[in-house]
Amino acid sequence: MAQSDVLLKLKGVKTYFFTDEGTVHAVDGLDFQVRRGETLGIVGESGCGKSVTSMSILRLLGKTGKVIEGEIMFDGENLLDLSEEEMRKIRGNRISMIFQQPTTCLNPVFRIGEQIIEALQIHQGLSGEEANKRTIELLTLVGLPDPVRRMRSFPHEISGGQAQRVMIAMALACNPELLIADEPTTALDVTIQAQILDLMRELREKVNTAIILITHDLGVVAEMAENVMVMYAGRAVEYAPVHALFEAPKHPYTQGLIASTPVLGNVRDELETIPGQVPSLLNPPAGCRFASRCAHRMDQCTQEEPPLIKLEGDRLVRCWLY
Amino acid sequence: MTVSNSTSEHLLEVRNLKKYFPIKGGLMRRTVAEVKALDGVSFSIKKGETLGLVGESGCGKTTTGRTVLRLIPPSGGQVLFEGQDVLKASAGQMRVLRRNMQIVFQDPYASLNPRIPVGQSIAEGLKIHNIGTPKERLDQVAQVLERVGLNSSHMRRFPHEFSGGQRQRIGIARALVMQPKLIVCDEPVSALDVSIQAQVLNLLNDLQKDLGLTYLFIAHNLSVVEHISNRVGVMYLGRMVELSSRDQLFRKPMHPYTKALMSAIPLPDPTIKRDRIILEGDVPSPVNPPSGCRFHPRCWLAQDICKHDDPAFEEKEPGHFVACHFAQG
Repeated sequence: MAQSDVLLKLKGVKTYFFTDEGTVHAVDGLDFQVRRGETLGIVGESGCGKSVTSMSILRLLGKTGKVIEGEIMFDGENLLDLSEEEMRKIRGNRISMIFQQPTTCLNPVFRIGEQIIEALQIHQGLSGEEANKRTIELLTLVGLPDPVRRMRSFPHEISGGQAQRVMIAMALACNPELLIADEPTTALDVTIQAQILDLMRELREKVNTAIILITHDLGVVAEMAENVMVMYAGRAVEYAPVHALFEAPKHPYTQGLIASTPVLGNVRDELETIPGQVPSLLNPPAGCRFASRCAHRMDQCTQEEPPLIKLEGDRLVRCWLY
Repeated sequence: MTVSNSTSEHLLEVRNLKKYFPIKGGLMRRTVAEVKALDGVSFSIKKGETLGLVGESGCGKTTTGRTVLRLIPPSGGQVLFEGQDVLKASAGQMRVLRRNMQIVFQDPYASLNPRIPVGQSIAEGLKIHNIGTPKERLDQVAQVLERVGLNSSHMRRFPHEFSGGQRQRIGIARALVMQPKLIVCDEPVSALDVSIQAQVLNLLNDLQKDLGLTYLFIAHNLSVVEHISNRVGVMYLGRMVELSSRDQLFRKPMHPYTKALMSAIPLPDPTIKRDRIILEGDVPSPVNPPSGCRFHPRCWLAQDICKHDDPAFEEKEPGHFVACHFAQG
């Protein structure tokens, strides 16, 4: 694999939040990479650090959070070394993001068209007329019905599915090399989710953007991603091509996650469960973070954390069983 | 549109239930329009059975649950609980009925009072109904906490000391302590992570087996509904469009909306490639529902008749009710 093929590479990234109750180890040593045009799915449950990962990449952590260690190399450049001014040029331009709640991400007092036009003028220096034309193109591209009239709508006048189309149009406005989609369909009904996933697939082929798709829904990952990273309690526990992952999950947590998901058309009397709950990230346990819930726990697990172990077929797993 | 005759095996019968919410506007706050949240819904639930209700936002599934319990007054229709008309019950009769009909809400964070220990929250229903002495109530709370997989000592703790899954167990304990016959479960696992969701679903199943409970299980997640239900009703825009046994509905859906809904769900198996039916557009507004069949503007089978004639909710196969002019298996 040529070096230039890799668009984004995280090395040993640790993002901590400093709160009154103590330090939250939200992301605690994360390594992964995204190739140009690749779709990487990141799955995990609430609090596993998947959203904090995306916020770390974009450096949108707010006052309490900080990347305290590691490198985030984007196209050969460490994003953590950039000035705020330089970072602002990357955000929305080369890396853009879509969020879970599309309606809360749009400014309620401006018309939809104005918000996209503004982004185009700031990032690409288009004139008003050019930006206007490009906005109509983009809204047509994302399949918003009657785009010329819709540009004059306010966010509250459109449905959640349409708002997500507008967000995608906005995210694609500057032809980003990387699109981070954080639970892009979680707030939508299934028939609308199907429309949006379909749109994302279609656009991926048209514009060849790399996508980091963050979701808790294994179905969405199975359908969209080429490679998948499973996170648990601030760590990557497994990394694999999507077919391999679902065919033979290696990490006990991934196995539990897949077994506890009810699958349409496949009724079982009793669902598998993962006993217990996610450990607090204020004081993460020593050793493997999944040990307290793991059926295969050995003495070694509670003493020493396993490294990411390389398996056949581009797979990595953080578990002493291998 | 009678779905079933009144027989003693039915714990709950709902007939032609309607709920219109007024939209107030103008200077005088007059009613300018109505949201037809529920527009003639009928179904029944047998003792010990779980009826799942699925549908997307705004289809009326939550309104159905609340109207059945008379938490909101209906605009029309009948609800019979063990043959007794819930909607006509006096205040005194209602008190007795309420003991038998409990609800578990979606958001375990919002449905518990943060200022009182959870034991007190659980005991509140017993207190209101003057059941037992304070000591006896305490014993019952302890028992019910153990029953839902928590520790009896947890009763002195406050809601913020529990995780989402534990809080949902407390919500179930609060319903269970009244020894109800029917529990309306309104999206009880939607706010939970999958591994925790599985724990709560298994708990609900165990409780049903042990205590002979009857559930009206409302959820938007078809896979969850398939897992837990004996029969399933699919709702769209204030109407029931299909109702059948679980196996029949999921193996042989007849309504085009049900088919689209099932095909839209992403399956956690990348080897499956399906022909997906992608519906166009959004769900129309329930203020001005489309004429004829409400699904016709999004339906790929729609003909002229669908625009004018509202299809009847008919039994196309034994126990399989569908409201569609072109229903096919």
